[in-house]
Amino acid sequence: MTSRRDVLKAGAAGALALGFPAIVKAQSAAIKIGHLTPMTGFLGALGVYAVKGIQIAAEEINAAGGVMGRKLDVMSEDSVNPATASTKAQRMFEQDKVDVLMGEINSASAKTIMQVAERNKRLFMQIGARSDELRGSGCNRYTFHVDIPVTVMVNAEGLALLRDGLIKGKRIYSLTSDYLFGHSLSKAAKNFIAANGGTVIGDDLVATDLTDFSPYLLKIRQAKPDFIATNLGGNQVTNFVKQYAEFGLPYPVAGFNLNTADAWAAGEGNLGGIWPTVWHHEIDTPGSKAFVAKYRAKHGQPPENHAWIEYVSLHVMARAMAETKSTDNEKLIAYFEKEPKFDLLKPRQGYFRSWDHQMMQEAYTFTVKPKGQAKDQWDFLQFGPAVPRADQPLEILAPTKEQNACKM
Amino acid sequence: MQLLFLLEQVVNGLVLGGYYLLIALGLSLIFSVGGVVNLAHGAFYALGAYASLEIARRLGFGAAVALSPVAVALLGVAFERFILRRFYTADPILSLLVTFGLALVAEQAIRMIWGAAPLPASMPQALKGSVILGDFLFSRYRLLLLAIVAMVLTGIWLLLNKTSFGRVVRAGIQRPDMVAALGIRLQPYMTTVVMLGVGMAALAGALFAPIALVHPAMGAEIITVAFVVVVIGGLGSFWGVVLAALLVGVVRGVTIHFVPAAGEASMYVLMFLVLLFRPRGLLGERIEKFE
Repeated sequence: MTSRRDVLKAGAAGALALGFPAIVKAQSAAIKIGHLTPMTGFLGALGVYAVKGIQIAAEEINAAGGVMGRKLDVMSEDSVNPATASTKAQRMFEQDKVDVLMGEINSASAKTIMQVAERNKRLFMQIGARSDELRGSGCNRYTFHVDIPVTVMVNAEGLALLRDGLIKGKRIYSLTSDYLFGHSLSKAAKNFIAANGGTVIGDDLVATDLTDFSPYLLKIRQAKPDFIATNLGGNQVTNFVKQYAEFGLPYPVAGFNLNTADAWAAGEGNLGGIWPTVWHHEIDTPGSKAFVAKYRAKHGQPPENHAWIEYVSLHVMARAMAETKSTDNEKLIAYFEKEPKFDLLKPRQGYFRSWDHQMMQEAYTFTVKPKGQAKDQWDFLQFGPAVPRADQPLEILAPTKEQNACKM
Repeated sequence: MQLLFLLEQVVNGLVLGGYYLLIALGLSLIFSVGGVVNLAHGAFYALGAYASLEIARRLGFGAAVALSPVAVALLGVAFERFILRRFYTADPILSLLVTFGLALVAEQAIRMIWGAAPLPASMPQALKGSVILGDFLFSRYRLLLLAIVAMVLTGIWLLLNKTSFGRVVRAGIQRPDMVAALGIRLQPYMTTVVMLGVGMAALAGALFAPIALVHPAMGAEIITVAFVVVVIGGLGSFWGVVLAALLVGVVRGVTIHFVPAAGEASMYVLMFLVLLFRPRGLLGERIEKFE
């Protein structure tokens, strides 16, 4: 005989299964996103922004019911260095059974993760590393690149420098970060300077763990250049501009890479010159404003460009999964290669160029506000208009097939 | 002309060496007296920098440089009394593990309190810019740094060589058993040595904050250099550490002048060469208790 209690139990179980199917399913099969980014070392400060950015996107997506009714489970880990990055990538595919891999800022680590993705025939959305080689000679069909390549940074910055008369006929001294990214930046910068009538009179390599620039500053003073153009990465730029201000040398300084976080860390009064960026928190679109407000409410300061790029990247990935109704990596690759347009919270939408998997998007430059105009410690940067202009195609700043051939 | 440029690098290297010296001297003293390799030494350097930022915000730059080392030195006293003291006679591997663990804890604590992003630190406007003496260019701030280092160095030397405190410490380095037999307890001396060493590291942090980045891993970065200096100089030798710090500064500067990419590697090559020909370091003494 069935007792009253058993009936009750069966009823409750049925009600649970009927009433909350989405929750039951989501808990059993979340979509796993493997996320690797440097959280320590000379790029660690940027990686911390990256983690915060992707978390906000995951919370938003999950609060809206997830993707195909499944929650997103983002596993963020410190990629440390190129060797550890590839070991962790392999482990995430093999043991953690992640559906896709995302992340990275360090070009050398991105390169080793790309090789793991290709070996496993799995998708890697390479978010923040900028070396041309990654989307050129080192490209593969399993990797998509969101951040702008160094050629775009050099072209965006170079056009501004040309306008300010700092290249044509000038003797330029360079400092270059001694790893894949710096070398790539230096190569692109030299091409641009040579093509526009400038001369590079010195280009010194700088170790990534170097903190004291005084020997370089003495060399620069001895060389008496017209202009100093840096190809430094991460917190190297901050150390350099602080010590340049300390020595008070008279030559103008600018460079082809400076992330907003590193500019903030330099502090007002130490930074000058003009610099390129991929996004900034004062972009006047509803999407950017909403993201900045949300980030400020949560973390008490404006987001940096690495927070933004991780945020939009996860949204791009979620949309791809929702539209293909799949996490099947081959289907996702085919989807991205059709060049659908994505909202990047900028005035113009972006798309992955099919032949090199590079996101085409606007870039910007920034300078420093006159003294006394900053409202707080994050407000001393003056952001310029988007390049290319609204009437120009997005691809004009990007490397061409001849400059940066990619064979997949 | 080329010679003049080179000489400028040498002089600049000496200035930088002075800054290395502040960190390395404390490390060397703590090891010589207590026999403990203090891997947490870099953490006190970082804490000195962070404390100086907090003080500078409220009381100004001068107060920060003066008070931050005092505050961190007091923390050093607690560190010695409650932790380090238990390991003087224990297996050296234990003190290595404990201080290494503490360094990690301190770095993570800094991350939790002040955040992972580097903090901006500026020097007073009056100290910016450079002075040209003859043909040489000096940063005004670094000249001040050099003067402070020279003062601290003189103070420590006088303390070690001209006071009864120093006599006990030097005796404690060579023959702790003899010191004990004479009825002198070394522990209070050790507390003072740790306090001074840690205070110097914090002073280096406070002085370097406006020049370089203030970030959680700064302690881990500097500890390697400090070790290289101590190893090159030789244990137990005051002047060995001084000589090594200046040498590392000069070799690094000259290397960057000729082969920029090898600048950071040069100090390790120097260490290798010194160890090859003088395994005890340049002026290292034979210390019986470590043999």
